[in-house]
This record gives sequence, C-alpha cells and structure tokens, in this order.
Amino acid sequence: MATLTAFTTKLKHSVRRPFPWHIVVFLAPGFLVYTVFMIYPIFGSLITSLYAPNPQNVQQLDFVGLRNYETLLTAPQWTDRLIGAVRNNFVFFTIHMLVQNPVGLLLASLISSQFVRLRTVYRTLIFTPTVLSFVLVGFVWQIMLSPLWGIARGLLQSVGLGDLYQPVLGQESTALIAVSLISVWQYVGIPMMLFTAALISIPDEVIEAARVDGANFWTVFWRIKFPLILPTVGIVGVLTFVGNFNAFDLVYTMQSAMGNPNFSTDLLGTLFYRTYFGFQLQAGNPTMGATIAGVMFLIILTGVLIYLFGYQRRITRVEM
Amino acid sequence: MRNTLVSRGVQQIAAQAILLAYTALAIYPVIIILINAFKNRRAIFRDPFALPTPETFTLVGFETLTTSGNFPLYFFNSFVVVIVSVVCIMLFASMMAFAFSEYKFPGSTLLSLYMSAGIMIPIRLGTVSIIVLMRTLGIIDTLLALILVYVASGMPLAVFVLTSFMRSVPQDLKDAARVDGASEYRIFLLVLPLVRPALGTVAVFNIIPIWNDLWFPLVLTSSDRVKTITYGAQAFMGQFANDYNAILASLTLSMVPVIVLYILFSRQLVRGLTSGAVK
Repeated sequence: MATLTAFTTKLKHSVRRPFPWHIVVFLAPGFLVYTVFMIYPIFGSLITSLYAPNPQNVQQLDFVGLRNYETLLTAPQWTDRLIGAVRNNFVFFTIHMLVQNPVGLLLASLISSQFVRLRTVYRTLIFTPTVLSFVLVGFVWQIMLSPLWGIARGLLQSVGLGDLYQPVLGQESTALIAVSLISVWQYVGIPMMLFTAALISIPDEVIEAARVDGANFWTVFWRIKFPLILPTVGIVGVLTFVGNFNAFDLVYTMQSAMGNPNFSTDLLGTLFYRTYFGFQLQAGNPTMGATIAGVMFLIILTGVLIYLFGYQRRITRVEM
Repeated sequence: MRNTLVSRGVQQIAAQAILLAYTALAIYPVIIILINAFKNRRAIFRDPFALPTPETFTLVGFETLTTSGNFPLYFFNSFVVVIVSVVCIMLFASMMAFAFSEYKFPGSTLLSLYMSAGIMIPIRLGTVSIIVLMRTLGIIDTLLALILVYVASGMPLAVFVLTSFMRSVPQDLKDAARVDGASEYRIFLLVLPLVRPALGTVAVFNIIPIWNDLWFPLVLTSSDRVKTITYGAQAFMGQFANDYNAILASLTLSMVPVIVLYILFSRQLVRGLTSGAVK
C-alpha cells in the first residue's frame, strides 16, 4: 500500500497526466468481491440451468439448452409443484399488498401527525418484530398458535369466542393465510417507516393551506398527501414483490421445507431448496434447482422492470 | 376554531387507540416468550399469561441450554461474521463511493449502474453457483464463506447510500487538502469521518439481516463449529421441540442481543430509513 502511494505521488509530479491508479485502488476491492461472489454466481446459476447430468456419467454435465425449463413446464411431477409454488407465492404477495402495506400506511399517517403524542415510542415498538429473526418469529407463532399450549385458544375464550379456535397452521385451507399474516406482522415496520419518511417530508404549508380552505382529514390525506407519496408507494410495492418472491425462511422454520400441510405453504424458495438439496427419498438435483432459481429470477426481474419502466417513469413525469 | 379543537381531540383519541392496539399486537408475543421463559413447565401450560411468581420461577430452560447446546460458540461465530462483514462493507463501499463522488472517469456511470443492479436482485438466486464456487475455493463450511457472501450482497445498497452522502461533502475542503500536498488516500481518510451518520446507517442496515440470516448458514455450513446463533437456535429448537422450557430460553437468548442492539441504534436505523426526509 505504502509503495503504491509513493508510486502515485511520484507519477503525479511527472510531466504527462499519470494513470490514476488511486481510482483503481478505491474501486477494486468492492468491485471484485461484488463481482465474484454476487454477479458471477447469479449468472453462473442461470447458465447451470441450461445443463443436465449426463445419463451415463452423472458427474459430467451436458449442455441441454432450455430443456430443463421445458421439463419444469411439461412433466407433471414438476409442473404441479411449480404451479402450486407460484400460486402460493402470488397469494403470499397479495396478502402483503392488501394487509401489510395499507396497515403500514395507516400507522405511518398516525405516527407522522404532529398532534399524536408518544409517536417515537409507538414507532420503536411497532418496528421491533422486524429486527427479530425468522427462526424466532416462526417459533414464537408456532407455539402461540399450537393447540398444545393454547395461547390462541385462551385469548379467544377470554373474549367469548373459544369455539372459533382452529389449528390454523395445520389445516390446508388456512396455513398459507396464517403464515402470510405472520410475515405481515413481522414486516409491517418497513412500509410504516418508509411511508412515515415520505409523509413528514411534505411541507406543512401545503397541508395548512388545504385545512384553511376547509378540507378535512380524509380530503387532506387522499387528495394531497397520497398523491405526493406515490413514489414511495411504488418503492414499497417493488420491495414487497422482490422480498416475497425470494421468501423462504419463515415457511422453512414454521412449516418445514415441504411447505406443510400437503405443500399448501410451499413457495418458490422452499421448492428451490428441496429440489437442490433433495428431500426424503428424492435425491438433490442441482441443475433443476438452478432452473427453479432461473424462474424466480425471471419473475423478480419482470416485477422490477415493470416498476422501473412502467411505474417510476410515469410518476416522475407527473411530479415534474 | 372550537370545532377543529374538538375534532382534533377526537382524532387524538382515535389515533392513540389504533396505535396502542397495534403496539400491543406487535410486542405481545415477545412478552409472552419473556415471561414464560422463567416459569416452570406446569405454570407455562396452566397460566401462560401470568408473570413468574416465586413458586413458579425457574431457570431450568437455561440450564438445558448450557448442557446440550453449544450456544457460547454460536454467539461467538455470529459476532465474528457480523463484525468482519460489516467492517468490510463499510470500508469497501466508502472507498467506491469516494471514487464515484470525487473523480470523473470513463465508464463511471456504467459502473455505478452495475453496482446498483444488486439492490433489486437478491443474491440467493445465485446460491447454486455460490456453493460450487465455495467448494472450488475450499472454503465451504467456513465462516469466511459466509463473510464473503454477506460483503458482496451488502455492497450495492451501501455504495448507493454512501455516494449520495459523499457528494454533499464540500469540495473546498478536499481541494484545500490537495493544495497542502495531501495524497488522494489521505483525502479519503479526511472525508470518512464526515460521513459518519451514513456509515452508521450502513452498519445497522447490515448487522440485523446478517445476524438473522438463516439461508446461507443453512446452505454453506454444516458442522457445529461454524454454526451461527440463528442456525444453531433453529437446529436446537427442532431437536427440543417438546421441551418448552428449553425452547423459550433459547428464544429469549437469541432475541436479547438483537433487541439491545436495536434499542441502542434505533435512532440510526430510523434516520437511515427516513433519510429521504432530511430537509
């Protein structure tokens, strides 16, 4: 490092404009780590999805083009699982969009109001679940909802609704909704924070002016504040999309990599994990695993591109 | 005027009611875990909502942890991974951010776009190749493998946040140093303390997800000596599924560092999340 410094200093005093080595030094470590351990693996996985083990020699991989994707979309044992996981993932995402983000917006609109006391305390406490690990959150809710311990049943009984108690995590019809709502519970803090930031950046004069003109709380919110925070609405939407289609941990800790019961909580993340590492009697299949990661990549990329070119551009134009 | 005051009073009450109800929902499970971790098995099941009393108080769950888990080691591993990763992210990202904000060089826009690409595309999609790569490099099942992955995935957002902060450092300051004959590396070191708030934000943004990550420990490590606390707790809880005392104790233990950290740094975290709002 020291010799390099001396070298560049010497170069600086030479007549010609020296090659700016210091720029290379500043950029190299970050660029290399990012390229080798993030960009290269993402493309490497996509390329792996175009290969399959040779039937004679399993150690050897042959180039097969898009055949893995074809298998995934046509062979029943793959297609059923893939369609199931994609559908569950869309349900998972829809519940986040319909519950997490509106609740986050509601909480943010209350927290950002100057007239509400103890705002910081509420904000800190409501954000707490977001910093907990999936392992924690998964187990906490698993034992809370478990019929064995009976926290959920006890709570329902105390308000006279004991009959409504169901083992929601064990039933095919309710497990996915329950897991989605637990994820909403954990992550509502993020949209809340982002919306709060956007709401407090609206100049007070704008809102006061509307109030003077006789606009009430609702009118101010929907006609003035909401249009001004549309860029944040888009960011929250795309973050939710990417996060949800990449989700794995919560289902894994609560319902195992099988997406119990009977694959009803299986997401693309758990399908990917099972395919790559194998489960029960099925052996792991790295190239099919890479193919599922490829499907996830395409879905996430589509979502991001729709946001970048369909939403963000239009919003910026409206703002100007 | 009186009307607005009355309606503000009503709004205040409604707002407090909603926030209070939601806060209760947010922290209720955490409190249930904490109070039951210190109760004996019978009390846990008979009256889960009660605080521990002298008769029901016990530390038996924590005793199980000391005899059957390797928790001190898991904690140590998590600390090593988090600290080394976060320090590398802060150093490498601020170097890159300094270059982006300070120099004009061919391809700088393209390079900064390349770095930003990683903000939206999750690194997990590269898992298949990461495993092969780590095997080839002979570092699979080591803490180094985890650190490299976390540094790589932390770079894009860190570079993005730090670049915009570095741009706000006054040019005069740097030029004055240059006139005094300071090298570019010295100037970088001069700028670094000035972006401390942004470095704090980057640190908190990375510490919590790295501490909590389950995916990469799960796919890159297998032996007990390199387990992180999150993975260790997961394995432990699976194994002791019916020992509520042990589970509640391990939940409590793995929760404490994150919550302490969160309380200590919550201002930084909020500032980071709301940085767009700084007027």
